[in-house]
Amino acid sequence: MKIHEYQAKAIFKAFGIAVPAGDVASSAVEAGRITSDINKAVVVKAQIHAGGRGKGGGIKNARTPGEAELAASSILSRRLVTAQTGPEGTRVTRVLVEEATDIAQELYLGVTVDSTTRLPVIIASSRGGMDIEEVSRTAPGEILKAFVEPYPPAPAFQLRKLCYGLKLDVQLHAQAQDIASRLFQLFMEKDCSLAEINPLAVTTDGKLLALDAKLQFDDNALFRHQDIASLSDPEQETDMERLASNLQIKNYVKLDGNIGCLVNGAGLAMAVLDMISLAGGRAANFLDIGTLNNSERVVNAFKLFNSDDRVKSVLVNIFGGMARADIIAAGLVEAARAGLANKPVVVRLAGTNMEEGKRILMDSGLRFIYAGDMQEAATKATELATQ
Amino acid sequence: MSILIDQNTRLTVQGITGKEGRFHAQKCLEYGTKVVAGVTPGKGGSSILNIPIFNTVEQTVKQAGANTSIIFVPAPYAAEAIMESAEAGISLIVCITEGIPNLDMVRVHRYLKLKGSRLIGPNCPGVISPGKSKAGIMVGEIHREGHIGVVSRSGTLTYEAVYQLTAAGLGQSTSAGIGGDPLPGSTFVEILKMFQGDTETEAVVLLGEIGGSLEQEAAEFIKSGGFKKPIFAFIAGSNAPPGKRMGHAGAIISGTSGTASEKIAAMASAGACIIRNPADIGKTVKEFLV
Repeated sequence: MKIHEYQAKAIFKAFGIAVPAGDVASSAVEAGRITSDINKAVVVKAQIHAGGRGKGGGIKNARTPGEAELAASSILSRRLVTAQTGPEGTRVTRVLVEEATDIAQELYLGVTVDSTTRLPVIIASSRGGMDIEEVSRTAPGEILKAFVEPYPPAPAFQLRKLCYGLKLDVQLHAQAQDIASRLFQLFMEKDCSLAEINPLAVTTDGKLLALDAKLQFDDNALFRHQDIASLSDPEQETDMERLASNLQIKNYVKLDGNIGCLVNGAGLAMAVLDMISLAGGRAANFLDIGTLNNSERVVNAFKLFNSDDRVKSVLVNIFGGMARADIIAAGLVEAARAGLANKPVVVRLAGTNMEEGKRILMDSGLRFIYAGDMQEAATKATELATQ
Repeated sequence: MSILIDQNTRLTVQGITGKEGRFHAQKCLEYGTKVVAGVTPGKGGSSILNIPIFNTVEQTVKQAGANTSIIFVPAPYAAEAIMESAEAGISLIVCITEGIPNLDMVRVHRYLKLKGSRLIGPNCPGVISPGKSKAGIMVGEIHREGHIGVVSRSGTLTYEAVYQLTAAGLGQSTSAGIGGDPLPGSTFVEILKMFQGDTETEAVVLLGEIGGSLEQEAAEFIKSGGFKKPIFAFIAGSNAPPGKRMGHAGAIISGTSGTASEKIAAMASAGACIIRNPADIGKTVKEFLV
């Protein structure tokens, strides 16, 4: 789960990580008032989950409350398009107004889990402010890593090594170690998947300050962090993704084609997208229906397909295991009887209770198009979508 | 032979009194697995499907001779369940549970390293050595005894592959689902190492997907000479958009890393036969081996 920068900075403050003075505003007037309170030059930053805000025009400098109002109203009045939002952009409903910082140097500091060592890793670089993946590609030597045991606090010797590796002014070592230690503590305590400060500024008066704050949380651990779960912002999802979660369909990703897909299992669902593409078609979505105890979710999936006006045909590919083919079949019949299956539906059933499933479909007297295997299903669905 | 499980496997089911635990304990029994015990704290002394239930995993080891466990415990408690098995001396732990917090798994891996138990999963369909034993939730009937090893990050895609292999007349030595989480207990490399040492396995089908670098690590292992048998690879997710989690917690392209094309290139450079179309898995292996 992602949260906004202003929310992440509130968590930083609670963990004792220094951030610039500032507050969040949802109107230009508020932005002006925050600026007069700060009584210095400020930065006005769009609050959306996607990155690339600076280049997209979502971050503006202002010297006076009047300028801050103008900056805020220009950001708040439109949809912000960045490299990560997609062409439709994201509506900006809040801006963060912060005291501008005089920067001497920009560092990078992050914590994540390394899948090879299966350990938390603290990552630091003197090339802050840039895309860290870009740095790791072009200058891997500039990225320092400390693999730490998953029990805070992080050992001081490891943090000290990072400081020497960054060639940081010795005067700054204590501050840097303190911030790294607190960020690691936060990462572990709140079940983060990523905790990142980029840039971590060295100010001209010798202070370390988190100019940006990015926190991502493990969805699987939200059950034990109600405070974090309450920070979610459904406005940041696309309309179709929001509708999917309202319909209790968790594993849905909107794509740009016209074949609606209903599959059980994530790997098989990805394989179906690949097959459709090989057959010359394009999928409208990724959808893993998961394990079902009743047919309601199948009906909901069809509600979703109907809300996507690009969908021209539907491909159902089920290999029963935990999910049973007969329950899926009952759902298909229910959806069709409710008038939700008004596009051609190609069905391929295999595995647990496959025969019962087929019988349910046949006995319904409804028109489904049957396929004996994945290849046939993908080919038929593609033909029907291009007609 | 086979890998991981065989006739000597004595299975204990953690969470046997839950709906799924009970259902699959029965299916494993029907397949011929020696299901010797179940564990549900507070229900020790009773039984289900004629399987004795104990309060602790340690009791199932000492009193029922269990050497393998399968876990159906809900996600918030599953990490503990894995550690309980490891502490009790269970050598192979198969964790079916989906949705375990990642940092719980980080701690579990440190613990397993101390105890020396092997973990398969979590978030996986388990393991089957056809004709010998099944410690998993896969449909037994689609499998046949034979000489193809299967290793996969996905559940239903594995069923699809096995179904095609069986239809093509190719049985399986062992099919192991390592799971769709970012930190699986056993990696492709570890399973390939076992298949290399298994005289019954003649070739391996590897089913990978986007996210992480398990496939690239497998490719390096093959290049270094660690695995010498014919290997066939399908990597799911060539059409997955970056930055979106595709169902599995581990299936996400972050930035430009973890893409299908990167993994396909790595496996191809290691000499693996790349299967582009998932409908051609059985056919491709058969053509190669004939």
